Amino acid sequence: MLELLKQPWPWYIAGALIGLTVPALLLIGNKSFGVSSSLRHICAACFPGDITFFKYDWKKEAWNLFFVGGVAVGGVIATYILTNPNPMIIAESTKEALLANNVRDFEHLLPTDIFSWESLLTLRGFIFMVVGGFLVGFGTRYAGGCTSGHAIMGLSNLQWPSLIATCCFMAGGFAMTWLILPFLLNL
Amino acid sequence: MTTENLKNVENDEFEIKATCINNSEIKKPWTANLVYAFIGILFGIVFVKAEIVSWFRIQEMFRFESFHMYGVIGTAVVVGMISVFIIKKFNLKTKDGEHVILTPKTFNKGQIIGGLIFGLGWAITGACPGPLFAQIGSGFTVVIITFLSALAGTWVYGYFKDKLPH
Repeated sequence: MLELLKQPWPWYIAGALIGLTVPALLLIGNKSFGVSSSLRHICAACFPGDITFFKYDWKKEAWNLFFVGGVAVGGVIATYILTNPNPMIIAESTKEALLANNVRDFEHLLPTDIFSWESLLTLRGFIFMVVGGFLVGFGTRYAGGCTSGHAIMGLSNLQWPSLIATCCFMAGGFAMTWLILPFLLNL
Repeated sequence: MTTENLKNVENDEFEIKATCINNSEIKKPWTANLVYAFIGILFGIVFVKAEIVSWFRIQEMFRFESFHMYGVIGTAVVVGMISVFIIKKFNLKTKDGEHVILTPKTFNKGQIIGGLIFGLGWAITGACPGPLFAQIGSGFTVVIITFLSALAGTWVYGYFKDKLPH
């Protein structure tokens, strides 16, 4: 059993479990699934400034912070206890395209030649970690949600604004991957 | 208070309602939050074991070179839809006996502009906010910087919110 759990999990198991998070949160405590709001609650808790957007009862939303804390702990368990004994399998075509664009490490979940403390101060590392992170935080809040709040919770509840948001997430991702990333990877 | 101010307060209140996703009126001690930490742990395990937190899986998805991520998101949406349908159809109550409240989303231009901006960031970092936390747990401590930068992004949005088109 443990051996089986250590293998990479198939998409239908992962998808079903993520989908079940929606009713689990609703039925346990009337909570709507969403992750990016945790960033707003941390801002409201730690540095609200004089900004109305951050002036609300964030303690009522503390459950969301426990949830994301749990996600980090889950990452530890999955990585260090349920360790996958084999290297990651990446689609050959993706690998070739990335190799041609100066990505060298294919052994880990993230390419360590881009995502590491050493590369943080290179132009490429700075863009991938600092600029990328900023776009994620700014964009999700501007859009009012991320993949969980819009694509999963919003679509589950048949909200058409969430469908628009999801399409824009994908459009932004395609534009970056096909038009801008080849340039950024070679910096 | 001028009408303009009043309108802003109303907008803010609505906006807060839309993001604040705790719709329970019952006050509970902080320990009641541990159950959400537990669900978060399971969620984080799924994220890493199904390699959803991998930068390479996101690249494959945007390059149309693997079905994996489409399968994950598609299945999650279908399972979520069926669950919400069942909850509404049978008017299921929470375990404390409350009605399940689902806040509708209202359309504004933010979903388009913000959505595109997030999409650009998603393809660079290979992570949406959830996987960021799981990547840190996976031992990529440098992602703490990405996370702090995402916090900064959220804060800057809050600061400029009223000046941005919505």
